[in-house]
Amino acid sequence: MNQAAKIENRKRYGRRSFVKKLLFAVASLLVPRFLAASDKLKEAPVWILAGAYNPNEHYWGMGIDISKCIGCGRCVEACKVENQVPRDPFFFRTWVERYRIMEGGEVAVDSPNGAIKSFGNDREEKDIVRSFFVPKLCNHCDTPPCVQVCPVGATFKSPDGVILVDAEYCIGCRYCIQACPYGARFLHPETRTAEKCTFCYHRISKGLAPACVEACPTQARVFGELRKKASPLQRFLRMNKVGILKPSLNTEPKVYYADLDMEVN
Amino acid sequence: MESVVEHLLPRLKEITGFIYPNEIELHWSILVVVYPYITGLVAGAFILASLVKVFKVKEVQPTYRLSLLTALAFLLVAPLPLLAHLGHPEKSFEIFLTPNKQSAMAMFGFVYAWYLMAVLLLEIWFDYRRDIILWAQEETGPRKWLHKVLSLFSSDISERAVRFDRKAVQAVTIIGIPSAFLLHGYVGFIFGSVKANPWWSSVLMPIVFLFSAIVSGIALVLLIYMIATPMRSKQIDMDCLDKLAGFLFYAMIVDFSLETLDFIHRIYESEESIEILSELVSGKLFVSLVVIQLLIGMIVPLVAIALVKLFRTPAELRRLLYFVSALLVQVGIFSTRWNVVIGGQLFSKSLRGLTAYKMSIVGVEGLLVSIAILVLPFLILLALFKILPPWKEARHEFGPPTGSG
Ligand code: SF4
Ligand code: SF4
Repeated sequence: MNQAAKIENRKRYGRRSFVKKLLFAVASLLVPRFLAASDKLKEAPVWILAGAYNPNEHYWGMGIDISKCIGCGRCVEACKVENQVPRDPFFFRTWVERYRIMEGGEVAVDSPNGAIKSFGNDREEKDIVRSFFVPKLCNHCDTPPCVQVCPVGATFKSPDGVILVDAEYCIGCRYCIQACPYGARFLHPETRTAEKCTFCYHRISKGLAPACVEACPTQARVFGELRKKASPLQRFLRMNKVGILKPSLNTEPKVYYADLDMEVN
Repeated sequence: MESVVEHLLPRLKEITGFIYPNEIELHWSILVVVYPYITGLVAGAFILASLVKVFKVKEVQPTYRLSLLTALAFLLVAPLPLLAHLGHPEKSFEIFLTPNKQSAMAMFGFVYAWYLMAVLLLEIWFDYRRDIILWAQEETGPRKWLHKVLSLFSSDISERAVRFDRKAVQAVTIIGIPSAFLLHGYVGFIFGSVKANPWWSSVLMPIVFLFSAIVSGIALVLLIYMIATPMRSKQIDMDCLDKLAGFLFYAMIVDFSLETLDFIHRIYESEESIEILSELVSGKLFVSLVVIQLLIGMIVPLVAIALVKLFRTPAELRRLLYFVSALLVQVGIFSTRWNVVIGGQLFSKSLRGLTAYKMSIVGVEGLLVSIAILVLPFLILLALFKILPPWKEARHEFGPPTGSG
């Protein structure tokens, strides 16, 4: 973002205009409006999905093979570049966690800057019993609490199972961020709207794989169809013992982990 | 962009254990603490007013109109903290245009509008109608017109009409009580229904919210009554005060029991989250939860009022103790809201670490704005006192009209 745009942005979100908007919004509260809201909600996916891609013909998911992940962080970098995610260490659509089970049972978990530059070594090698890396991202839950709580329906589930945020609609209330059990969401510091992984929707709707999947040197991430027999994801699910994160919350994640350790949450 | 996120950098150092990288920014700030605090006062003040009407508690009659106006003043301000904390307040009307019916938050506008239009304004209007008409008859100039407009140009003060007013007030009160429960219980539900957050997720949340609301509302009306009466050089009605303090005491007992139940329940169940939550309570939340909320805001006032009830105390001392207790209760309830809203965001959903919250002073989500939002209802209340004086002497008893207040 260049200087002029920055200033423009600051103006847009400046205090005075804020007050003006506030007054306008207060006034709008007093005007009763009645409109079939759900109709608009149903339209939302259609606006986004104009083009040849038919979301009704797909159902997407991801498999992650924990034993293959080497914690290099290239997926994190690829995602930041592909999706123009702010570079600061507080905003991630995907990140990698490192779990080290120490002698004596202590579990050391870290993810310095989301592991965008991989991991350093701060513990004695000989004290580590076991260690592994866990890439994380939005689970595109099949029963997503984030969609449930969004007051304006800005967060919605597309027919292909992908959970998306319509920035045009998002009022920045951040209820969805509170409701996501996985820390997958953040508020974009400039647009002031909620953001998270979209499975690279702009790519998958063109038949490409998400950027993280493409960037992974060990093919630890498998992207594909959940409802088509011949898909690589189906093969992944058949060949591995898979787990999901926080199953007790009944969010039904569509990101599946092979070799998931009980320490991961 | 650096400036937008700069404030987050020092936060990195205050993290203990592991948190998800996106969790560094604490999303619901002090404004979201102020919001349930204010709606709690509204619900509490209204429920107090209803006690007078429905259960015909004569002693607290002097606070009836006062409670209604207090509820109104705070209700008018209630949406402000919510709007101010939005990333895009200018789009907030979308909540009305395209509400997601599954969302607890989307219902805010409707619950709010219902409560304001169908309950509070109606009750106040019917209760004041006869007085407003009589005031308008005696007055001249702009005040006359103001009251004429407020009476919606009605002029019938025949006995039949007034009897209808009374019936209407009764009816509205009866709808009003569940509505007040709805208004604040619903705010509790916003938090209680977040299953991702073990500190919030609890069926008891709406109920605990409700009783703490009643506590704070009664204490507030008591404070306002104690301040406003001497300021008008009038005598404080001690019967009324004793009764109010009595209500406050019993409401606090219920509130205290509910919170204790919640506490015991959590410890006994000892779910996965218990470790991080006990770390939170014994560390970052110790002062605001144990010292301020529990000790200063609950136990001290409870003991003080209990002592007054047990022993014969001179009126002077009683007044002092009631006043101080009610003040402490306000502090306590505010920190209750703080502990729910901020406390619920201080631990990571990975249950492996704690973050920190540093309140900004200036800025839209800062301390100054919050203070302004909390002062505003009192200014509105002052204006309401001028337009719709709630005092006894301003009321027209039946018979020839006496001077206005
Ligand atoms: S992981 Fe979080 S953001 Fe993604 S769908 Fe589930 S609840 Fe929503
Ligand atoms: S921040 Fe935006 S997407 Fe999230 S719940 Fe609020 S309006 Fe919906």
